[in-house]
Amino acid sequence: MYMPKVAVLFGFGINCDHETAAVFEMVGGKATRVHLNSFISGDDKLSNYDILAVPGGFSFGDHLGSGRLMGNRMRFSLREELSNFIQNGKPIIGICNGFQVLVKTGLLPGPDGNEPDFIQRASLTLNDTGRYEDRWVTLEFNQHSNCIWTRGMTTIDCPVRHGEGKYVMPNKESLRQLSDNNQIAVRYIDPDNIDANRDEVLPFPKSPNGSMMNIAGISDQTGLVFGLMPHPEAIYAQWLHPDYTRGTIPNVESEIEWEGQGLQIFRNAVEYVISKN
Amino acid sequence: MKAIQSHYRNESIQQSRRAAGIVENQPTDVELECLAQTWSEHCKHKIFASKIHHKDLETGEESVVDSIFKTHIMKPTHDMQKEVDWLLSVFHDNSGVIAWDDEWSVCMKAETHNSPSALDPYGGAMTGIVGVNRDILGTGLGARPIANTDVFCFGPPDWKGHIPENLFHPSRVLRGVHSGVRVGGNESGIPTINGAIIFDERYLGKPLVYCGTVGLMPRRLPDGRESHIKTPSAGDVVYMVGGRVGYDGIHGATFSSLELTDESPSSAVQIGDPITQKKMLDMLLEARDMGLITCITDNGAGGLSSSIGEMAEYTNGCKIDLAKVPLKQSGLSPWEILVSESQERMTVAVKPEDVDRFEKLANLHEVEATAVAEFTSTGMFHVEYNDDTVAYLPIEFLHDGVPQLQLESEWNPPEHTMFKAPQDSNHNNILIDLLARPNIASKETWVRQYDHEVIAQTAVKPFVGVERDGPADAGVIAPIHGNPRGLVVSNGIAPRYSDIDAGAMAAAAIDEAVRNAVCVGVDVDKIAGLDNFCWPDPIQSEKTPDGKFKLAQLVRANRELERICRAYRLPCVSGKDSMKNDYGKGVDKISIPPTLLFSLFGDHPDVRNTATSDFKNSGDKIYLVGESLEELGASEVSFMLREKASTNGIGGSVPSLDNPEKLFQSYRALSSLINSGIVKTAHDCSEGGLGVTLAEMCIGGRIGANVDIDGTGNCSLWSRLWGESLGRIVVAVSPQHESTFLNGMSGSTVTYLGNVEDSQLLNIIDGYEEIISVDVSTMVNSWQRTLDMTGGGV
Repeated sequence: MYMPKVAVLFGFGINCDHETAAVFEMVGGKATRVHLNSFISGDDKLSNYDILAVPGGFSFGDHLGSGRLMGNRMRFSLREELSNFIQNGKPIIGICNGFQVLVKTGLLPGPDGNEPDFIQRASLTLNDTGRYEDRWVTLEFNQHSNCIWTRGMTTIDCPVRHGEGKYVMPNKESLRQLSDNNQIAVRYIDPDNIDANRDEVLPFPKSPNGSMMNIAGISDQTGLVFGLMPHPEAIYAQWLHPDYTRGTIPNVESEIEWEGQGLQIFRNAVEYVISKN
Repeated sequence: MKAIQSHYRNESIQQSRRAAGIVENQPTDVELECLAQTWSEHCKHKIFASKIHHKDLETGEESVVDSIFKTHIMKPTHDMQKEVDWLLSVFHDNSGVIAWDDEWSVCMKAETHNSPSALDPYGGAMTGIVGVNRDILGTGLGARPIANTDVFCFGPPDWKGHIPENLFHPSRVLRGVHSGVRVGGNESGIPTINGAIIFDERYLGKPLVYCGTVGLMPRRLPDGRESHIKTPSAGDVVYMVGGRVGYDGIHGATFSSLELTDESPSSAVQIGDPITQKKMLDMLLEARDMGLITCITDNGAGGLSSSIGEMAEYTNGCKIDLAKVPLKQSGLSPWEILVSESQERMTVAVKPEDVDRFEKLANLHEVEATAVAEFTSTGMFHVEYNDDTVAYLPIEFLHDGVPQLQLESEWNPPEHTMFKAPQDSNHNNILIDLLARPNIASKETWVRQYDHEVIAQTAVKPFVGVERDGPADAGVIAPIHGNPRGLVVSNGIAPRYSDIDAGAMAAAAIDEAVRNAVCVGVDVDKIAGLDNFCWPDPIQSEKTPDGKFKLAQLVRANRELERICRAYRLPCVSGKDSMKNDYGKGVDKISIPPTLLFSLFGDHPDVRNTATSDFKNSGDKIYLVGESLEELGASEVSFMLREKASTNGIGGSVPSLDNPEKLFQSYRALSSLINSGIVKTAHDCSEGGLGVTLAEMCIGGRIGANVDIDGTGNCSLWSRLWGESLGRIVVAVSPQHESTFLNGMSGSTVTYLGNVEDSQLLNIIDGYEEIISVDVSTMVNSWQRTLDMTGGGV
C-alpha cells in the first residue's frame, strides 16, 4: 500500500510538530518533520510530498500578530511551490497557529477557484475573553462541506489552546458567502443546547473565543486546504479525553483499539491521497 | 578569602602565572569575578556542605553532621542505587536521570528563581522556567523537555499591610510571575501539567518561584552512545549557542546569595526570549541525534564562567577567548562577558571534524553558534581576551578550593499558644470559609492559561471532573505517541508546619508528593524525588540572631527527609537549595517559613488505568484509607480561626509519620488496585482535612455524598473533620468492585464512610450527630470565587 508522504513543518517556534507527525504515522502516512528553511533553501522540495501540515505553536513568538511572520515567509518564499501543491490536488492542513498562518498567507479562505492568489481575506484575532486558555470544546462538522479532511465527521471533543482564535471577516457579505459555499467546515457547538441557532455566537466558554458564526475551522473552495483553531491531534487517543476516567466518552469504531475521535481527520487525508494514486 | 590569599602567595603558582604572562601575585578582575560566582552559595551550596555542630536542647543530644547533603540526601540515594538498576545518573549532572524502559530514560529538575522574581516578577519567573528547561537540555547529551511544573509561594493576594521598600504587592507578584511562566512555558511548547500556589504573609519578603521540568531521551543515540553520559575530550571545540551576551544578568548568582534589600539591583535579572530558546532547542536535539554533541550544559548562574568551567573538569582544562563571544551591545569588559547570565545560551562541545556539520545545522535553524573555547588537558582554566591572558586558574582550585564552613545549630522547640476549637461552631460555615481560603481555593482561571496538553500526552490534566474544574492530584502523561505507558509527576509542600517543626514539614511534603502520585496509580517501585529547599539564612550572625535555630530546622528537615525517603524507597536524584530567603535586617526583617518543595516523578504502567478526584456515580462506596490523629497544630483551620479571632493559637501536634513503612504498604496496595482498573476515584487529604477533601470530590463530580466520619480515628471530631493527618486518601469504588477493593487493601487501615448520592448535597454525620449539610453549588461558588482572576478580588 502506498504511504503518502507528509511534510510536517517545524522551526521558529512551531511546537506541535512531534504529535502532528505521529498522528499521520498512525493512519498510514509517512511523516517527516521538515524545517521551513529546508524548503526555502531548496535542500528539500515541497513537491516531494503529498500532504503538508502546518502545526500549532508560537511561530516567531506571534510577534506582530499570530502567524504573521511565518505567513509572510511562506507567502514570499514558497509562493509558486504552494500554488502548485494545491493545483496538483494535494491537501494542506493548518492547526491552531498553523491555521493562523494559512489565513495570513491568504490560502484560507482563499479565492474563487483553485488558484491561490495569496490575498488575506479574514483574520484570527484576540479572544473575546482577552486571554489565552487551554480548555475543551465540542465541535460540529458541516455535512455539506467538500473538505476532504472532514469527510464523515460529525462531532468531536478536543481542546483549544489559543489567545487569538476569534475568526473575523471584514463584512457580513464575505461571511455569508463563506457560509453559502459551505466553507465553514467546523463550528463550536453547545452539546447541551443542540437546537441553538448555529450562526448566533455562543456564550463563553461554549465558544472559547467569540468567533463569528461560531467558526472553529474553514476550508478553501477546493476542499483541499483546511484550517482550524482546535487541536484534533490532541484527541488521537481516548485516554487523552478529560472524561476518560469517568467512562463516559464517545465510542470510536476502529481497528486501533484506543483510537480517539480526532484521528479520523488525518486518516481522511491519507486515504484521499491513496485513492488518487 | 584566606584560601584565595594563600593561592596567590604560593611560589609555584606565581611561577606558572609568570610563564602565562599574567599578573603573578594577585588576582585579575576576571579571576575574582569568576571565583565569586563559582564559590557563591548559589553555585557551591556551602551550607549543605558545611560541618554542623548540632545541639538538641529538647533531648540533650549533641552531634556533628559532616555535610547535610552527603549524609542525608546523597548517601540514602546511593544505598538505593545498589538495589535497583534504573538510577542512571544522580546528583552530578544538570538533572537526575532514571531509566524508564529499555528504550527511553527520563530526567527531572526543579529550580527556584526567587530573588529575580521578587524584583521583576515577569522577567524573573520567565527566566526561571526557560532556565530549568535548559537544565534538561543540558542533561547527558541533551534531553527533550516534555513537561513543566510550577509551584509558587506568595504573600496574601489581598494583603492590606505594609509593603517593604523595593518590593511589590503580592497580587502584582502573582500576576507577573504567572505571566512570565505562561509565556515561557507556552511559547516553548512544553505543557504545564502540575503545580500549586501557596500563600503566607512571610512570603511578602521573598516570593518563592519553583519551576520544574521533566525531560525525555532515548537511552542510546543512533551512534550507540548512552545518552546520559557526556563524552568530551581535549581538543573538542566549545560553542556558545543561542542568544548573545549582554549587560543583563550580571551578578545573578552572587546577588541571589544575599538577602534582598532596597538596594538590590534589578539589572541582575536576565531578560528572556522563549522563541530564541525554542529554535536553539530544536537545533540541538537534531545535533544530538546526528551524533555531533560530546558535551552540553546550560548557561545559567555564573554564565560562561560556570558552564565552561564545569565542563572543563571532564578533560581537566580549557582555553577560552572572550573576544569571540558575540555581544548584544559593545563595551562589555572581559569579566562581564565571562559571568553575564544572559539567557537562551547553551555551551556545547563538538569534535573538530564535526564543526562544519554543526555550523550548517545552526545556520538552517537560524541559531547563532560561535566557537569560543576549546577543551584542553592542561589542568588550567585559561581565559584570554584576544591575545591577553586575563585569567589563569587551576581547575582543581576553582572547583575544590572552597573551604568547608563550620556552623552551629541549636534546636529548642518553638512555643505556641495551643489551638482550641471554639464552642458551638457551625461546621457548614467553616467548610464554606475553608473552601474560600487562598491556600485551598481553586486556581483554575490562572492554570487554564498554561497550555497543559501540547505534545498530546496529558492523560490526567490539572483539572478534572464533569465540568473539568475539580482538582487533580498529580499530572499523568503518556509521552510516547500511541503507547499508553505513562509517567506521573506530583508535588508536595507544607511550609506552615515549620512553625512547629521543620522536620514534620519535610515529612509532610514528601508524603503529600507520594500520596498524590499514588492517587493516580504510580508504580511505587519506580519513583524518584527532587528536594528543593528554600530557607531563611541559617548562619548565626548579627543580622541573623536566630541562625542557630534556623540551621537546626534544616538539620531536622533533612533527618526526616532521609527517614521518609528510605521508608518509601524514594531516591532523591536531584535537588536545589536557596538559603537566603530574607528581606532586610533587624526588627523589620522578614524571613520566609522554611520550605521544602518535594517533587516526584515515577512510572505508570498504563494511563488507561488511572483515577481522578471527582466522584463518579451515585451509589459508589466511599472509603477512607489511613486514619485521623489528634493533629490540629498548624492546620489551615487553626490559621483561619486565629485570623478570625475565634481561637488564640495554632499550637498543638503537627501531623507526623510514625510508621511510614506501614503506610507505604497501603500505598502500594491502592496503587495496584488503581492500575488494575478497580478504583477510578481517589483524592488525598491535605489542607482542610477530610471535610475539604470530600467537598472537592463533590465539586469535581457535581454530585452529593452521605458520609459518616465516626470511626475514622481515635481523636476529636475536629481532628477527624479538619485535621491534616498524613497518609490519608479518600477512595470511591463502584459496588461491584467493593469486595475486590477490600481484599486488595487487607492489612491497611480502611474505613467505610458512606455513598455517593444522586443529590446535590454533601451530608456529613458523626455517628448520630449531623455535622455538615451543604449543597454542591454553594461549595463550587465558595471554592472558585476567591482567586478568580477573571473578575474576582485578586
